[in-house]
Amino acid sequence: MSEFILDARNICKDFNDPVKIEILKNLSFTVRHGEFVSVMGKSGCGKSTLLYILSTMDTDYKGELYLNGELLTGKNDAQLAQVRNEKIGFVFQFHYLLNEFSILKNVMIPGLKLGKYSAEEIEQRATKHLDTLGMKDHMLKMPNQLSGGQKQRVAIARALINDPLIIMGDEPTGNLDKQNSDLVFDIFKDLTKELKQTLLIVTHDGDFAKRTDRIIEMKDGVII
Amino acid sequence: MNLKLLIEISIGLLRARIKQSIVAAVGVMFGVCMFVTLLSFMNGLNQMLDGLIINRTAHIRLYNEIKQSTDQPVNASKAYKENINFIHSIKPKDKGKAIYNSESIMHALNQDSRVLGIAPKINTPIFYSAGGIELPGLINGIDIEAEQKLFYLNDYVIEGKSADLSIVNNSILLGNGVAEKLMVEIGDVIYVTTAQGTISALKVIGLVQFGLMEIDNTQSYTSIQTAQKLMGESNNYITDINIKLKDLSQAPALAKDYAKRFELDAIDIQTANAQFETGSSVRSIISYAVGITLLIVAGFGIYNILNMMIYEKMDTIAIMKATGFSGKDVKYIFIFLSLIIGIAGGVFGLAFGYMLSSIIDQIPFETASLPTIKTYPIYYNPTYYLIGFTFALLTTYIAGLLPARKAGSIDPVEIIRGK
Repeated sequence: MSEFILDARNICKDFNDPVKIEILKNLSFTVRHGEFVSVMGKSGCGKSTLLYILSTMDTDYKGELYLNGELLTGKNDAQLAQVRNEKIGFVFQFHYLLNEFSILKNVMIPGLKLGKYSAEEIEQRATKHLDTLGMKDHMLKMPNQLSGGQKQRVAIARALINDPLIIMGDEPTGNLDKQNSDLVFDIFKDLTKELKQTLLIVTHDGDFAKRTDRIIEMKDGVII
Repeated sequence: MNLKLLIEISIGLLRARIKQSIVAAVGVMFGVCMFVTLLSFMNGLNQMLDGLIINRTAHIRLYNEIKQSTDQPVNASKAYKENINFIHSIKPKDKGKAIYNSESIMHALNQDSRVLGIAPKINTPIFYSAGGIELPGLINGIDIEAEQKLFYLNDYVIEGKSADLSIVNNSILLGNGVAEKLMVEIGDVIYVTTAQGTISALKVIGLVQFGLMEIDNTQSYTSIQTAQKLMGESNNYITDINIKLKDLSQAPALAKDYAKRFELDAIDIQTANAQFETGSSVRSIISYAVGITLLIVAGFGIYNILNMMIYEKMDTIAIMKATGFSGKDVKYIFIFLSLIIGIAGGVFGLAFGYMLSSIIDQIPFETASLPTIKTYPIYYNPTYYLIGFTFALLTTYIAGLLPARKAGSIDPVEIIRGK
């Protein structure tokens, strides 16, 4: 086990369309085990781009990325999919549940994909997570029957199903009202406290960021 | 790769778009259904038409052709051996149409393992007369049992029983056309005049109809013994030996072999009826082409629907990729989706194809020329069902492949960022 869960070294990223723009300029930072880190910055400062690189979905960058000591840079599509499945949990701004499946199934699918536990065990674990997040009563509903805040809690349960090394959030409260945002924040806080869960959340909400363990502030592609 | 999960997700996606999926499956179903029905019907007709000729035709016919000898005496002479001999005005010698040594030839043929059965026959031209009318015709002296076993004579007997030929002395099974012209019925007596001039009275015990007017207007059957009596010949006189083989395709080779071995003329079914083979295969090709076209059209339908579905499911694809499904997994999900449509459409298509064939099989189809056919003929062959199903899977797989590959290569970042 490495000292750092996430270790980004000299990350650079350009967009070439229509003219060459440097989005990320030689970024380096680390996230320790059990830390609750937020990445803050104005719209367009490159924080989302950084998250996609850290989450392995964007492979078009320069620099090196280590997850728990394992070099991720240069791995192929299938290997990265495996890494995302097993070691990274996601919570997005627009909830992104699979509308074709029930809440319970949505939470279970990444677990079934990993195949580490039997279907019964995964169902049990999913139920437990949904229970913790207060969504147990809704677990047989379809996603379009839930409110935004409820969906976001389901997304968090889904992120937790494979006991990931790190949960990444892309403006997870950006689309929620104050009350729901606080609820989601409290859940994150509990996760770090009780489960020692590492969290990396991208946000432009100052209030949210202030209450995290550490803020990485970005401006024009560099950390300030 | 977790196949069960991928298939489960495919089914989930299909259920979310159940109407479109059903439309796609119905397209495949229609294609498979028509493919199976068309082939069964076409080949039913083929078999019926071929049966008209092939059932009644010997695979090999052994007989004596009237012709000049190929071995002229001058060629045997040593004195002229080195010369080139021109012989003018050769005339055929009439050895008669009888097959000599017929008993031992038939014995040898019966021992041959490639032969299914043989039927000896006497074939001779005659005149039928009843009242004042005389009609030219052909009488066939047959071994009734062998004729039934090898050439299904009873299928063509429309009145009376062919077995009566061997029970009633001096009896005749008359062609339907002949009977109509002579205005005779079962139980009447007609007179038959042979080429030698002998006149015999024969009792009509049945009517036969092959559906080919040319034959029905001239031919009649009698037992081999009666025919020998008519012609005043001994009881080993026969003019033809009809052979049915176990394997039809061996006929040309065996015909040559027998001709040489028994010093007789032999003609095989392929040479005698080449046009039927051609007709059958052309009809088959047409029905295959139509059926496969229908399936390809169904394939385009699936391609369209899957393409649309992928655009609708961009978010789903992106989230699956974000949560650990690789491009390959996503590709398989969409291929499975397509195959499920193909399998469902295929299974229902086969069922409906069978039903439609059965319905056609019940439709009355009566024609004077085909006494044994009462409804439209259908040939139930499992091969057509197998081909139909295989093609359904193949077209749906190919139709699904391109959209599936597109889905597999979708970049989740673009979708998530695009919001």
